[in-house]
Amino acid sequence: MQQRDGNYLALRRGIAGCLAVLLLVGIVAYGYQLRNGLGVTGLSRNVPWGLYISQFTFLVGIAASSVLVILPHYVHGKSDFAPLVLIGESISVSALFGAISFVLVDMGRPSRVLAVILYAAPTSLMFWDIVTLSVYFLLCSTILTASLVLPKGSHPGWLRRFVLISVPFAFGIHIVTALIYSGLAARAGWMTAILAPKFLATAFASGSALLILISSTLHGMRRLHIQQTTTARLATVMTYALCAMLLFTALEIFTGLYSGIPSAEQHATHLLVPSSHSLGPPSLMLFSLTLSVVALAILLTPAARRRATVVHWVGAMVLVAVLLEKGFAFILSGFIPSAFGEDVTYHPSTPEVLIAGGIYAGAILIFGGLLGPVTRQLKVSVIEVPDKQESSRATSR
Amino acid sequence: MKQDLTRRALLAGTSATLIGAAVGATAEAQGQLSADRKPTHPPPHYALLIDTDRCLRGTDCRACIDACHESHSVPTLSDPRHEVKWVWKAPFAGVFPEQIHSLTTSGRRQMPVLVTCNHCGNPPCTRVCPARATWKRADGIVAMDPHRCIGCRYCMAACPYGARSFNWENPPKLLRRQSYPQRCAGVVEKCTLCAERIDVGQAPVCVEACMNNGRGALSFGDLSNPDSHVAQLLATRQVLRRKPELGTQPNVYYLVS
Repeated sequence: MQQRDGNYLALRRGIAGCLAVLLLVGIVAYGYQLRNGLGVTGLSRNVPWGLYISQFTFLVGIAASSVLVILPHYVHGKSDFAPLVLIGESISVSALFGAISFVLVDMGRPSRVLAVILYAAPTSLMFWDIVTLSVYFLLCSTILTASLVLPKGSHPGWLRRFVLISVPFAFGIHIVTALIYSGLAARAGWMTAILAPKFLATAFASGSALLILISSTLHGMRRLHIQQTTTARLATVMTYALCAMLLFTALEIFTGLYSGIPSAEQHATHLLVPSSHSLGPPSLMLFSLTLSVVALAILLTPAARRRATVVHWVGAMVLVAVLLEKGFAFILSGFIPSAFGEDVTYHPSTPEVLIAGGIYAGAILIFGGLLGPVTRQLKVSVIEVPDKQESSRATSR
Repeated sequence: MKQDLTRRALLAGTSATLIGAAVGATAEAQGQLSADRKPTHPPPHYALLIDTDRCLRGTDCRACIDACHESHSVPTLSDPRHEVKWVWKAPFAGVFPEQIHSLTTSGRRQMPVLVTCNHCGNPPCTRVCPARATWKRADGIVAMDPHRCIGCRYCMAACPYGARSFNWENPPKLLRRQSYPQRCAGVVEKCTLCAERIDVGQAPVCVEACMNNGRGALSFGDLSNPDSHVAQLLATRQVLRRKPELGTQPNVYYLVS
């Protein structure tokens, strides 16, 4: 046991060291970008949004994952989700850090960011996105801090109310983020009413996949005790979310191809027919769709989904599928072809990739930093006295 | 409106541009504009008309482009991905894709057409700006304050016409005689329909340059005055507007034969 703890500490320090280096490299690369302008990225007048905004969109979906443990635990009374609540909140807080950082590094004049508040423009969906993201960030950090600071086992009523208020905000951040794109007549590929539901479906698919991977890793390292049924329930959520995600994508493609309206049709074919772009939407979309279909097929096979390792692999597949679709292909599909019908290209530059890597390293470091106090807290209040907590919850109703 | 004028004045920089341009203005342009600006009670509704038959036919004329980019300190950058342009030429097939059919000749498809900001009646770009850095003036001009712009490029995503340029890099140092303030890296810019000239009763510099060049393919005027030259042209001639199906109500019209 001591040997195991020693190994764990060494591994933890090694990973933290690598992440710190990545973060530093990212900060240096950002300094370079600040000095020379966003021209150091692969972006252009035809593709003005790329890796940064794509990753922002993906991370907003990940940030909504805490709702996947809050709903079963606080609303449906599934007490086996209790150890995951603080893990979910930690994921949300670190993902929100990443999402907000990606917006900031994408800004041409970050020093003017306060203009968004000083000259608040309610007609802009970006204003509402900043509002919902900020409120959700405050809610999640408050819930997390209070849970860690308050005496063990105490569950004040206001905290529960905060948790419940955070539920609509978790949906809200992703809906409003979808509206940023789906209200633009200029971008036929984005202007679809199915976008917000599709974003939610992909968010819940990737969120449950990430929760399965993290919780089972922590369980394997004996930092957390997760019941088999909890993982199975998360896998069920992942299956339904995956079904919805594939259905919505199919509907989107159907409307484009069957209606035959040039802009919609062009978008649908552009998503599916590979062209010369190495990072173009079609190749990414096709790979993502293949991964999703295979993942769903495995999840629908009873013998396969009962095996923990299989579920972990499926989780990884779903995460990669959503990352490719939402984190790369989606944004590009709005800009390619250009306003003049040109088949333009976009490849992230080295500084751009380093900055993105730095932000991810920062987000993972925050998550790792939160993990220590969270698992210590859980060892006492959840793992050792689960009955007491359950009974106090029952009496408070 | 008063606030807009102040902001315009700020943008216009010193009066050197205005004086210099006034000297170059032709009598016709002045006459046309003053005729368009008869005392009218409704606010003016400015429009730009491009006669595709007169413009560019068989030439590589750049009079309007050069005059605009010169007077607005628009930098010339080598990397096409980072181009900043207020008015430029694009192939007909890209400008009017809905006009293309199977028998359209490749000559017609490739025919260069002058494009710029459409100063939409219902602009999607101003709606999305989170910092109110771009707005629609009462006279129809879609204005832009690069000092307010945070560089999020949401307006570029919202513009269906690719009319907005982002300053991806620091602009090269221009000559001192350039009196229109340069923009810095990290902000969006576009054609302002020469709001700084319109506010002192002059026609946009592109219109003037085209007339001086003897082509007169560009017309500018006030559509709220039914007797104006542009209103008469729109009433009698066949016109195209870019992507009218999007409901943006462009105020740049293309006269076709």
